[in-house]
Amino acid sequence: MTKQSVRVGLFVTCLVDLFRPSVGFAAVKLLEAAGCVVEVPAAQTCCGQPAYNSGDRADTAALARNVIAAFEGFDHVVAPSGSCAGMLKHHYPRLFDDDPAMKARAERFADKVHELVSFLVDVMEMPDQGVRWEATATYHDSCSGLRELKVREQPRALLGKVEGLTLTPLPGAETCCGFGGTFAVKYGEVSTDMVSRKCDDVAATGADLLLAGDLGCLMNIAGRFRREGKRVECRHVAEVLAGLRDVPAIGEGG
Amino acid sequence: MQTTSHAFKDNARKAMADVDLRTALKRVETGFTTARRKAADRLPEFEDLRDAGRDIKNHVLENLDFYLERFEERVIAQGGKVHWCSTPREARETILKLCRSVDARTATKGKSMIAEEIALNPFLEANGIEPIETDLGEYIIQLADEPPSHIIGPAVHKTKDQVSDLFLEHHWKYGRTERQTDPQALVNEAREILRQKYVDADVGITGANFLVAETGSTIIVTNEGNGDLTQMLPKMHIVIASLEKIVPTLDDMATIMRVLARSATGQEMSVYTTLSTGTRREGDLDGPEEFHVVLLDNGRSEMVGTELQELLRCIRCGACMNHCPVYHTVGGHAYGWVYPGPIGAALDPHFLGIEEARHLPSASTFCGKCEEVCPMRIPLPRIMRYWREQAFERRVGPPLERAGIRFWAFFARRPALYRLATRLAIRVLRRLAGRRGVLTALPFAGGWTDGRDLPAPEGRTFQELWKSGRRSP
Repeated sequence: MTKQSVRVGLFVTCLVDLFRPSVGFAAVKLLEAAGCVVEVPAAQTCCGQPAYNSGDRADTAALARNVIAAFEGFDHVVAPSGSCAGMLKHHYPRLFDDDPAMKARAERFADKVHELVSFLVDVMEMPDQGVRWEATATYHDSCSGLRELKVREQPRALLGKVEGLTLTPLPGAETCCGFGGTFAVKYGEVSTDMVSRKCDDVAATGADLLLAGDLGCLMNIAGRFRREGKRVECRHVAEVLAGLRDVPAIGEGG
Repeated sequence: MQTTSHAFKDNARKAMADVDLRTALKRVETGFTTARRKAADRLPEFEDLRDAGRDIKNHVLENLDFYLERFEERVIAQGGKVHWCSTPREARETILKLCRSVDARTATKGKSMIAEEIALNPFLEANGIEPIETDLGEYIIQLADEPPSHIIGPAVHKTKDQVSDLFLEHHWKYGRTERQTDPQALVNEAREILRQKYVDADVGITGANFLVAETGSTIIVTNEGNGDLTQMLPKMHIVIASLEKIVPTLDDMATIMRVLARSATGQEMSVYTTLSTGTRREGDLDGPEEFHVVLLDNGRSEMVGTELQELLRCIRCGACMNHCPVYHTVGGHAYGWVYPGPIGAALDPHFLGIEEARHLPSASTFCGKCEEVCPMRIPLPRIMRYWREQAFERRVGPPLERAGIRFWAFFARRPALYRLATRLAIRVLRRLAGRRGVLTALPFAGGWTDGRDLPAPEGRTFQELWKSGRRSP
């Protein structure tokens, strides 16, 4: 299989689909630059985590069946989110413990699932894109990508090649921002407290741009920065790697 | 102890407003985590030891009855006795009977979470026996009449100033009328007061970090040496332990010991490791005349063979709470029962019922840090998820939350309908936001918008744009 013939199904994720299509376009641009043929199956909605994390296993399994059916024909399934990719890769097979045939399908499917940035680096060895982006940036490690998929060095490696971008370390980069999906609404006060401390840590670096690989965390952090009236741009790492400078940062009007 | 787990949200709100608590929690967050990391990094085989420890515990849990019976045989052979107790009540009454058999008026106590689990102190007090906590942290919270907020640092929520005040208030009767502020002076003051109590006590009660089947030994680790005095000076030593503390051999104990203190405080070992094997023998210089092990089940044997079995590997090191961002935010008391933090979130529903404890497994972002640091590799998030599924199945929790998820899932399971509905919803949100880029208030999402803005959608869904042929933003 040559790289040119790699067929990738883009799992857009519900948050990117609804709130920030730009991240989806950034993902397509990067995947194509890496030599993939990208398709976006229409039969996708969400990975199911809102139900899964609320204890609603039946609805989660139904959603998982839809996703598996829509994506199992691709060479790879790529999501611009460690959280959703982790769900597809590590949690889907567990949903079918009482259905061996479906479990086997879920496991075959899981083998093909990747988080976007680690896929670009580890699988596609994407060549340098010659992107320029003037900023001092810092990077937050989203929990699922970090712990379930071992995404840590890949985004930093690619960001290191962006001309004009200074990447400054974020103390506590591996500490949860307090998003946690439905947690942010069910336990809003605890979540707000957590994200406030994340914002303090980010602000203390002096960076003017915060990057991460998960839109959920980014909406949480950007939303808190806006509420505090602080100007730190928040963007998905794919936007910078794809050079989408014309898109306003998350939560910035326009 | 009286549980307040059902009031987690209120507890959390109060905790977050407590400035002293925040200072104390910051110490946990930075102190313990840095110490553990350094200790783990210094030991090349640390990760292998975690695997070995897990395997030992798994083996024990498959053969629990065998090792417990073996342990009992060895205890009896060395002059001691094992008391099998199914419930906290049985354990309390057994201990009371033992205390009364020697006409005890006071009992010194080493630190024991099982004593908390069975609410031993109030029971002894109600029956005319004064329990005296000898672990400094336990002593402090006993004076303050509070439950522990951390399983290895029971008074971790207290500031030095609060301790100074407490000591002045309670030590007045011993003629200590000066308010000490130096930490060492505070420690010395507590030590001097406790010294006579050790000597006067009729019974010494300790917990156990390990029970060793091959020797019938019980083992405690402490940093203050208080456990040694507690168990050696009185004529009766009562060990209170839950049955999953059993390990087959001293070697197994040593293996797990190598990850215990490193995970807990970042020490290579705790300062004191004390093995107790039977009663005082002829020629021994010290030791108790009577040695009793009160072995508590309290529903643990029911966990074997279920989704919860892996919780029985826990060695109560506290690493999960030391590293938990939610614990760092709300502290231990917010959880409302004996075991706080991630281990509590996974374990407490078993003891309290999911109705009472439903918040605990839900109040987690599933960030996975607890599982990353657990020396026994307990899949804590997976077990919290199990409880969420139990709650959902049994319709525990607000009906509106449940209805919201089912409503959302109805659409999410039907892609065509979902796209139609979301196209519309996104346009509405976009219009509401106007040019500000954010929404500042939303119905049903107050949890979010009370504390932060909601970034507005760009305007059209990706699916919609993609279908219309757009390939860039």
